[in-house]
Amino acid sequence: MIKMETEHIYKKVEKIVFGFLSPKQIKKMATVKVVTPELYDKDGYPVDGGLMDTRMGVIDPGLRCPVDGKKLKECPGYFGYIELARPVIHIQYTKIILDLLRSTCGECGRILMEESEIEETIKHLDCVEKESGLNIKRKKIKAIIASLKTVKKCPHCRAKQYNIKIEKPLTFIENDKKLTPIDIRSRFEKTPDRDVEVIGLNPRVARPEWLILTLLPIPPVTMRPSITLDTGERSEDDLTHKLSDIVRINQRLFENINAGAPEVIVEDLWDLLQYHVTTYFDNTVSQIPPARHRSGQALKTLTERIKSKEGRFRYNLAGKRVNFAARTVISPDPEIAFNEVGVPRAIANELTVPERVNEWNLERLKEFIKRGPEEYPGANYVIRPDGKKKKISDETKEQLLEELQPGYLVERHIMDGDIAIFNRQPSLHRMSIMSHKIKILPYKSFRLNPAVCTPYAGDFDGDEMNLHIPQTEEARAEAEILMHVQTQIITPKNGTNIIGCLEDAISGNYLLTKGLEFNKDEAVELLMSVGIKDIPKFGKIVNGKEIFSALLPNNFEYIGKSRDDEDVIIKNGKLIKGIIDGASIGEENGNLIRKLHRDYGEDKTLELMGLMFKLGIKTLLYCGFTSGLADTDLNPELKSKIQKMLNDAEKQVEELIRKYKAGQITPMSTKTLEESLELMILQVLNKVRNKIGEVVAANAPEKNSFIIMSRSGARGNVLNLAMMSAVVGQQSLKGKRIENGYGDRTLSVFNKNDLSPRARGFIRSSYKKGLDPVEFFFGSMTGRDSLMDTALRTPKSGYLYRRLSNALQDLKIEYDYTVRDANKAIIQFNYGDDGMDVSKSEGGTINIKNLIKEVILK
Amino acid sequence: MDEERLKHRFVPKHEILSEEEKKAVLERYNISLRQLPKILAKDVVIKAINAKVGDVIKITRKSPTAKQSVYYRVVVDD
Repeated sequence: MIKMETEHIYKKVEKIVFGFLSPKQIKKMATVKVVTPELYDKDGYPVDGGLMDTRMGVIDPGLRCPVDGKKLKECPGYFGYIELARPVIHIQYTKIILDLLRSTCGECGRILMEESEIEETIKHLDCVEKESGLNIKRKKIKAIIASLKTVKKCPHCRAKQYNIKIEKPLTFIENDKKLTPIDIRSRFEKTPDRDVEVIGLNPRVARPEWLILTLLPIPPVTMRPSITLDTGERSEDDLTHKLSDIVRINQRLFENINAGAPEVIVEDLWDLLQYHVTTYFDNTVSQIPPARHRSGQALKTLTERIKSKEGRFRYNLAGKRVNFAARTVISPDPEIAFNEVGVPRAIANELTVPERVNEWNLERLKEFIKRGPEEYPGANYVIRPDGKKKKISDETKEQLLEELQPGYLVERHIMDGDIAIFNRQPSLHRMSIMSHKIKILPYKSFRLNPAVCTPYAGDFDGDEMNLHIPQTEEARAEAEILMHVQTQIITPKNGTNIIGCLEDAISGNYLLTKGLEFNKDEAVELLMSVGIKDIPKFGKIVNGKEIFSALLPNNFEYIGKSRDDEDVIIKNGKLIKGIIDGASIGEENGNLIRKLHRDYGEDKTLELMGLMFKLGIKTLLYCGFTSGLADTDLNPELKSKIQKMLNDAEKQVEELIRKYKAGQITPMSTKTLEESLELMILQVLNKVRNKIGEVVAANAPEKNSFIIMSRSGARGNVLNLAMMSAVVGQQSLKGKRIENGYGDRTLSVFNKNDLSPRARGFIRSSYKKGLDPVEFFFGSMTGRDSLMDTALRTPKSGYLYRRLSNALQDLKIEYDYTVRDANKAIIQFNYGDDGMDVSKSEGGTINIKNLIKEVILK
Repeated sequence: MDEERLKHRFVPKHEILSEEEKKAVLERYNISLRQLPKILAKDVVIKAINAKVGDVIKITRKSPTAKQSVYYRVVVDD
């Protein structure tokens, strides 16, 4: 048995304590007391006691840190501090300060609770924390604070308690008098340690008076480095700018206080200091004008560095930029395999794979270096065993060739067969990132087989995709075993195949297996063009089913249904009955593909799907397939028949309207009279449209391309054909016929309250005949509505999905089939109630009948 | 009134587990009471079956995938 390794864990985080920085701590962690707003002296050297003091870290190459003696990039930087002339409020703490002011006595600083009650509350809170966790405890504390707000008299010193208001953002008012930070601080100092615990603070690390700043820590220079511009000028970081404002005002405040300046002036300066400290922490506080550069651009201070999409979390930590990646437009190439990706030459010259030199590949790798970075397949860099990276150029080439020996790394260009990870955003499911084998192709776009459009949810209307090259053996192995296209054929959503044949590939196979016949030579040529080498013995005339069977493994057994519910039977790898269509080899429900996958595994399935795909396309190439205007032609009798059907329907509607006006309609339950009428009219119109669809389909010749496409499941349905050749039909908005836009009518060409089909958006013309202005207008209405709908819905549903996936991301099925979160708290006791792995099912269920049938057949 | 609520077809069967059963459930899933899904004491059904805070409720529901599924929840006050 494998034992869990525990020895290597030598440090373990047991708990994390949050508190406030005390003045003592600030002083202790600081190396410098900053006293002057000046940054550099005349020689451009950092001033001692200034904001760029070298003791707070070095950012100049060559300089050494006076604290730890390390150089640039080695020295982490150290904090400094400044002593504020007067205390100020920390903007992020205003909420706690208000809570504390309201729950403590204005005179004696005690919590507004009886002594005994204090003890009891603390005990209760401890209990709650142990039993139900921190969140519940916080809720309790909130309730306590709310209850203390209303206490009118201090139970300890009997002093009257005033209502304390906050005037946003940072003025506290008691009894119409402003509380200065000094007042608040001295009040908090009086509160005994024990009382503080009632508010949920741990007095050892979070004394209330520390909420008011008397010392301000200065962050190390390393987190606010200055940039030297091309002109030699220095440009300081936003934080440094802000800090120098603080130091300057602080200095002036000190001087004024010491000089005994009038209180008005001191207070003005104090407010200014408060403003600068506030904007230093957060420059986006409402009601406070943001501090700006001279150019008028708002400064980016501490809070903005962390917050929101451009902040540290989402920009730098959740989203990292990487090397060895490429991005370009995608375009289709049905000739490459499903698991290949076409990479343009220009990109292949930039992306590299590191290859370790050994005595067997030495000569081969030398050839790469000889070709260099310009010529393909060459190499861009050589890495020595000591980690030194050398660029290959005409100058360095000779020398590198000479010194190359086992142990060196050569970064050679990517070549056919290398593994790449291919991705299209938004990466909503795991099939959005798959690994492909590289195939170097001319031109400038990534090429992918159209069959993998579905998993990526991509098309070729300008979509771009990203390509990543794994750089280690481990990464390559992982990408190949876990992420290769063939591992993703079955979607975990419902256990059906997300990759399959589509469009031309389906109609091709449909035509082929439906009854195409070839002579022997043609059949062999067709199979050869697909890539089949061992051709079975054919007779003089070869039918399509035989050709299709040539792809299948000899022992393949399959029983299924085609789209029109006819049996499809494959025995001993021979298609003996039925037509292959979307229901067998299509996406989402290709039962034949699902069976192949079950019987022969993913690699074989992918290979066979590729062959079928190609066979379909080559078949169409061979017999020709196109659709044109003539496919929408109807014969004159049919035309008049359809017109009569439409006339009848219109008459029916007229009759309904007449009955309605005569009050002869009985409303359906839960509907008004008008709603019932609408429903009946809609029913009549939809019925006639469907009927016409059927008539058109029934009368269309077998070889009609639209019919072939819709029957095989390649694209479109019969109604689409009917819309082109016979009638477009009812346009609906919000599930109803088009309603009154003007007073009581849809358009001014109609009479008021006209309920006739034409006046309510029924398009009687076909697309081929053309729409009249009124019809066109109604068609545009629904068109615009659906356009708006998609444009508005996409971002909304995207955000909902983001929140959902963030909320669910740490859920996991444990070995006992329970679904649990990161705390191992149970969400579901048996995954999906039945503990079934959906990706092993077919459409969410396991078809036992079929399984038994297959077993018996064997 | 309570009876009526329990009879509604959307309300699955709720049972209060005995101490032994409760222990058995916690042992089976190797969890503490806090890791169990929660249900508020003010929940209508909880009031109707007269369960107390700390009780574990066994809920037997109809399930589209498994016909019947069992769920356990511990009663908590807000």
